[in-house]
Amino acid sequence: MSSLGIALLIVLGLVVVVLLWVVGVYNGLVRLRNQVKNAWAQIDVQLKRRHDLIPNLVETVKGYAGHERGTLEAVVAARTRAVAARGLEQQVRAEGELSQALGRLLMLVESYPDLKANQNFLALQEELSSTENRIGFARQHYNDSVMTYNTRIQTFPPNVIAGMFGFHELPFFEVDSAAERQAPQVKF
Amino acid sequence: MWEAIESNRRRSRVLIALLGAILVTLGALIGATVGTAIGGAEDFVRSGYDRGYRPRPYAAPRAAPEAPRGVLATLVNDPAARGGAVWGAVVAGGLWLLLWGLAVTRGESVLLSAANARRIEKADAPQLWNVVEEMSIAAGLPQMPAVYVIDDAALNAFAVGYRPERAAVAVTSGLLKRLDRDELQGVVAHEIGHIRNADVRFMTLAAVMVGTIVLLAEVFLRGLRHVGRGRRSSRGGGQAAAILLLVTLVFALLAPLAAQLLFLACSRRREYLADASAARFTRYPAALASALEKIERHARPAETHAMLAPLFIVNPLAGGLTELWSTHPPTRERIRILRSMGDAGFAAYEQAYRQTTGRRRGCIGARTLAAADTASLREPGAPPAPAEAARRAREVGALLDRIGDFVVIGCVCGVRLKLPPGDARAEVSCPRCGRGHVVPVAETLGAVAAAAARRRKAPPAMRYRRRGGGWESFKCACGNPLQIGPTFSAPALRCSKCGGRIEVVPPDAT
Repeated sequence: MSSLGIALLIVLGLVVVVLLWVVGVYNGLVRLRNQVKNAWAQIDVQLKRRHDLIPNLVETVKGYAGHERGTLEAVVAARTRAVAARGLEQQVRAEGELSQALGRLLMLVESYPDLKANQNFLALQEELSSTENRIGFARQHYNDSVMTYNTRIQTFPPNVIAGMFGFHELPFFEVDSAAERQAPQVKF
Repeated sequence: MWEAIESNRRRSRVLIALLGAILVTLGALIGATVGTAIGGAEDFVRSGYDRGYRPRPYAAPRAAPEAPRGVLATLVNDPAARGGAVWGAVVAGGLWLLLWGLAVTRGESVLLSAANARRIEKADAPQLWNVVEEMSIAAGLPQMPAVYVIDDAALNAFAVGYRPERAAVAVTSGLLKRLDRDELQGVVAHEIGHIRNADVRFMTLAAVMVGTIVLLAEVFLRGLRHVGRGRRSSRGGGQAAAILLLVTLVFALLAPLAAQLLFLACSRRREYLADASAARFTRYPAALASALEKIERHARPAETHAMLAPLFIVNPLAGGLTELWSTHPPTRERIRILRSMGDAGFAAYEQAYRQTTGRRRGCIGARTLAAADTASLREPGAPPAPAEAARRAREVGALLDRIGDFVVIGCVCGVRLKLPPGDARAEVSCPRCGRGHVVPVAETLGAVAAAAARRRKAPPAMRYRRRGGGWESFKCACGNPLQIGPTFSAPALRCSKCGGRIEVVPPDAT
């Protein structure tokens, strides 16, 4: 075989290796992006779960503290808004409001010992706090996944492939943490 | 953070390759030894049958001075040894494949039933169920693992599952009883960390390899004892065979030890990594630390098998083992690392690990750390409802306050505000919820007046002059007879009936 043939073979081999590498990186990026999508879907699932719990909770509280109408109605109204919310920004705001309304309701419950001893209510409370946790952990997982994905498409050399195939950075799920962390204040 | 798995995977491959090399070498050596022994016997029989009882050509002693090169050459050229080595390696590999296949297909159910675990549904333990589901979400597992409970008062937990889809988490009922929600979450997060980091898969693979090595070595050594007693190698190439036998013997004795030490070192490393993952998932390493403290305090040997030990969160077969022979790192060290973490990220764990253990080499792969970031800590969850004893103590306290003329007003949030007598402020705010309350000034001032009136109503103070230094009896103003002894030296006493103060003065006082 002539030396030209050998050179051609080497070049061909290099091209194949580079192509394989590109395929590998591309598949890795797709996998990471799907992971982010899954994580986002998980947040949605958990938010729906919370929406489903609320009617039951309101009914139980009503049986013991029916005259606390303002707080109960605020929770129901916040839920309705959260269910109807469309778009990320609106959704985040509506869910934040719902969290606050629920916080106020649970605070109110503190002054009804009978309600606090109610088995049904205790079970609901565990479900509710678990749901809050799930939403938090789903958000955490989403942000972790986004960070891995963003870091991957920013670093060299995968950023070349990312640029070629249109992988863009994805946004973090930021909550207005100041508003969320502050315990709801109630003044009569 | 998922690079943790990548780094794990690479180290696992190295370990599996090492174990595989040990296994195949052991198999080949045993095969060669057995091959030469059997082959030698056949040769001897055949040569005797073919050529009558002529002695064999005088060859072997000539080869002896050339040892060990000669020995190696003899063995390599000996078809019996070569065939034996190949057969031994194949049999060792086959045995391993068989056991591994069993572990992969039947592993979970065998382990769970060996630990007496029973599967539960959500209704049986809603909190445990919720915590497992929360941690699966935090870890991003494709689906929630099955939940098992072991009826045992000991505090422990483990995870099984060759694939994440078939994974299961098992906790003891003692653990459920003694840990609060955050601590339970920490423990479950550690177990989910094992599943997420594919530790279970790796441990199954490695444990089966170690088991095969131990089994092969054991069979060989036992067999040797039988054969050794019966017959001596009478073959010409005896020296080569003897050296081979010696090498195989030493290897069969050392291989199980080496394999187990390798395995245990890896097992300990993975515990650290699972702790780091748990901190990362919960963002609250202090909860796992406090759970480990509780588990350590209640530590007692559980009724379990040695083969399950590497799976549990802390070593269930504690006692008598040095650190080198333990499947788990010392619990105290794990607690110290978790407690000294600056935040919940992998980098913080690595730093705390190096500081606590004083080891220069970290426990988390470099690639994980390169991609690592900070992860802020979170607040502890809601405090548990006060226990019955605490509630009683509070009621007793309230009773005492009422006696002390405190005015109590209830807040809507459940706090009881206690105002001291004479409190004349216009308004107080609740320390818990911040709601404002009007101070019932009439009542607080009235309490002062009531206390003063009670004091006025108290019997008048009385004065008693002692007659001498012996036993003396006298009557209080209320008519109650009192007695003081020769050792009485206090300046005053109270009447046991009316509570009036009686001043006691010595006889010579003015």
